[in-house]
Amino acid sequence: MTEGNLITPAQNTWCPGCGNFSLQFTLKALLEGLKKEGRSLDDVVLVTGIGCHAKMADYLNINSFYSLHGRTIPAATGIKLANPDLEVICCAGDGDCYAEGLDHLIFAAKRNIGITVLVHNNRVYGLTTGQYTPTSPLGFRGKSTPAGTVELPFNPLEIMLSSGATFIARGYTRRPDQLKMLVSDAVAHHGFSFVDVLQICATYNNMTDYYNSHVYELGDHDTSNFNDACEKAREWDYNTDSGIGLGIFFQKSAPTFEERILTRHGHVPDKMDAIRRILDEKT
Amino acid sequence: MEDFSVLIGGKAGDGINSAGLVIAHLLNHVGYRVYMYFDYPSLIKGGHNFAIVRATPGKTGAHRDRVDFILALNNDTVRYHKGLAHPGTVTVYHADNVRSEGTGVRVNEILLAESAPPIMGNSAIIGAFAKTAGIPWNVVEEVFTRHLPKGTAKNLAVARRAFDAAGEKVTIPRIGNPPLPLVTGNEAIGLGLIDGGLEAYVAYPMTPTSNLLHFLAEQSQVYPMTVVHPENEISVIIMALGFAYAGRKTAVGTSGGGFCLMTEGVSFSGQAEIPVVIVLGQRTGPSTGLPTYTGQTELYFACHAGQGEFPRLVVAPGDAEEAYEWSSAAVKIAWKYQVPAIILVDKTLCEGTYCFDDSEIAGYSAEPGFTQAIPGPDYGRYRNTPDGISPVLYPGSQDTVVKVNSYTHDESGVTTEDAGMTTLMAGKRMRKRYELAAELDRMVQVAVSGNTAGRTALVAWGSNKGVASEVAGPLGLRLVRPLVLSPFPKRQMEGALSGVTRVITVEDNSEGQLAGLLSAHGFSVGSQVLKYDGRPFTVEELTGKVREVVP
Repeated sequence: MTEGNLITPAQNTWCPGCGNFSLQFTLKALLEGLKKEGRSLDDVVLVTGIGCHAKMADYLNINSFYSLHGRTIPAATGIKLANPDLEVICCAGDGDCYAEGLDHLIFAAKRNIGITVLVHNNRVYGLTTGQYTPTSPLGFRGKSTPAGTVELPFNPLEIMLSSGATFIARGYTRRPDQLKMLVSDAVAHHGFSFVDVLQICATYNNMTDYYNSHVYELGDHDTSNFNDACEKAREWDYNTDSGIGLGIFFQKSAPTFEERILTRHGHVPDKMDAIRRILDEKT
Repeated sequence: MEDFSVLIGGKAGDGINSAGLVIAHLLNHVGYRVYMYFDYPSLIKGGHNFAIVRATPGKTGAHRDRVDFILALNNDTVRYHKGLAHPGTVTVYHADNVRSEGTGVRVNEILLAESAPPIMGNSAIIGAFAKTAGIPWNVVEEVFTRHLPKGTAKNLAVARRAFDAAGEKVTIPRIGNPPLPLVTGNEAIGLGLIDGGLEAYVAYPMTPTSNLLHFLAEQSQVYPMTVVHPENEISVIIMALGFAYAGRKTAVGTSGGGFCLMTEGVSFSGQAEIPVVIVLGQRTGPSTGLPTYTGQTELYFACHAGQGEFPRLVVAPGDAEEAYEWSSAAVKIAWKYQVPAIILVDKTLCEGTYCFDDSEIAGYSAEPGFTQAIPGPDYGRYRNTPDGISPVLYPGSQDTVVKVNSYTHDESGVTTEDAGMTTLMAGKRMRKRYELAAELDRMVQVAVSGNTAGRTALVAWGSNKGVASEVAGPLGLRLVRPLVLSPFPKRQMEGALSGVTRVITVEDNSEGQLAGLLSAHGFSVGSQVLKYDGRPFTVEELTGKVREVVP
């Protein structure tokens, strides 16, 4: 990590007004915060998928794994298992994480692998120039659905609740102070943490006015109560008009995947010794 | 009778594979070199399973069209394999289930007398077999004690009753060889990977490499490595790349169908220069095909899987020793050159059991070639070097940013669309291919055996090593086997075929993929002997087919 310089010289190509700037700002603040706590940024790894969100890997001057579309989570899981001392953060898109890589998201929650997943949910494919995603509302007119989509969006928070995620939050790029807190809490959480970040796409799906008039902070919601979390998560179905709660919906503590898997290792350290023992058993 | 075969058959769930292995060990302990072919349909209970254990004084890796002992747990065994019997064949059968000539074993009566569970019936059959073959009781005791650690005493008591009740029919001569370890191809691959420095193995179960996953999962309780079984093969390979990025030597295993899902990761490995070893066990395709039978249909697929152009290593070992040797080398080579390495094997090798002679193994140690990595703010993961190999550091290195990228990138790992940088990076990958090919050329990549002066050559690859080795010599043919398929060892193939006027290829596929590869490199192929029914060639079958085309 180059001292004091968190941004690479790479030319930024996000559209003016893009929600990704807010997330970049949030991550920069997070990294500065970690540094203040005495953490070395040498131990932070950013994993991104493919899409506008993923350019974060080029723009932030930290270790990064610029993966394939939908494949942030398996890479992050491997990195965390290989070296549990690393702080592994995934920036994924909604097409990336909810369409191409949904299976990985569910399994990461199921396993409670100690990584953080931030979904840049702008509810449209930006880089491929405007098609619907799993969270676009019914009737969304994109280039692949000129007459409007004929399928309902799903609710990622509900999916995460039913998959066993131990930290579930939702933020909004136009509520940067709260977003900073949420991302910081997500990274600090021991185990799998998930933050659905509502962000606007300035070019293909600018929902700024809609979100501004519908979002509210969850406030004194009991994050340890699973049923309350389900109820709050169901309030907005990503389709029909209602209040959109922001904040931590659910959090609980549980053993992580890496703790469970890495404590089971054998202890014969010499490989040739191990091979000889096995061959002897087979003679 | 120093070259003989024992067939044991029964229903799936009868423990035929385990019983076959005990028989193989009996013969191993009286000095024979053994090979076991295991044939089973894709189901859990019922259906017909059989194993053929071949015993010879010297090394073997093939089975024959005739068997000298038939051990029948069910009637199907007698019925289906009648054609393999000859007048001298001795049949030992479960007298309560089977009607046959030969030595009947009153299994139920023995089990009742010893209050033993039905699965121990196999021990009765094995005990009776030992007696009919003239194998001394102390050998049975030794093998049971070593290889049936659970319920040894009861299994021995059951076997003893059958041993005492049976009569000696033939006496197989004892041979002086000391016993060797018996390993499956999967186990040899697993041991080779460990030898190569494996630290993690990631796989989704798929025949014929599931047993490699099971083996390494079991060994991870003894030896410190991480074994993970994720949600699908896409996750498998990407997770492996994550492991490798963070500094752990990692392999994955699958068959053709799973490899289809992995191809995006293969290409990613090539572009991002993150090493991974892929064990690709072929079975009969296309698609789901015959899940538990063999084939050699993935040669082109292994050599070309993944979009774009990047160097890769594809090796095709032919038996347990080669599987060990090349699996170890694949790990070292993949990590040295930062490329994907594919170990291309098949059901015959993966699930066949071989005598393992580690004195035959030539160790590979990577020749030095690394430029030393220097941590610090100036580090670039894709530094352009003369040999194309960029010095590697892992995340966590002090004051160092390690960026890997699936996009075309610059030396620091940041995405670029610059024409010059695109050309430069393609050139860097290409130089790695030349370096890799040059180093491989100093190893034996094409094996020559049989009548090495013969002007007609059999050219075979992979698990056909065993059968082709037995066929080539007696027919006066030279046997040529490429062990490395990519980068193609053209110079060594020219040497191996020097003086040869006619090439006959032998493959377990219908399109002649090795023949195609040879032709593409300018070698003309006279005849092709192809088999694509999911079953490996027997010695007699291949001999007959080669005779038809030998000039």
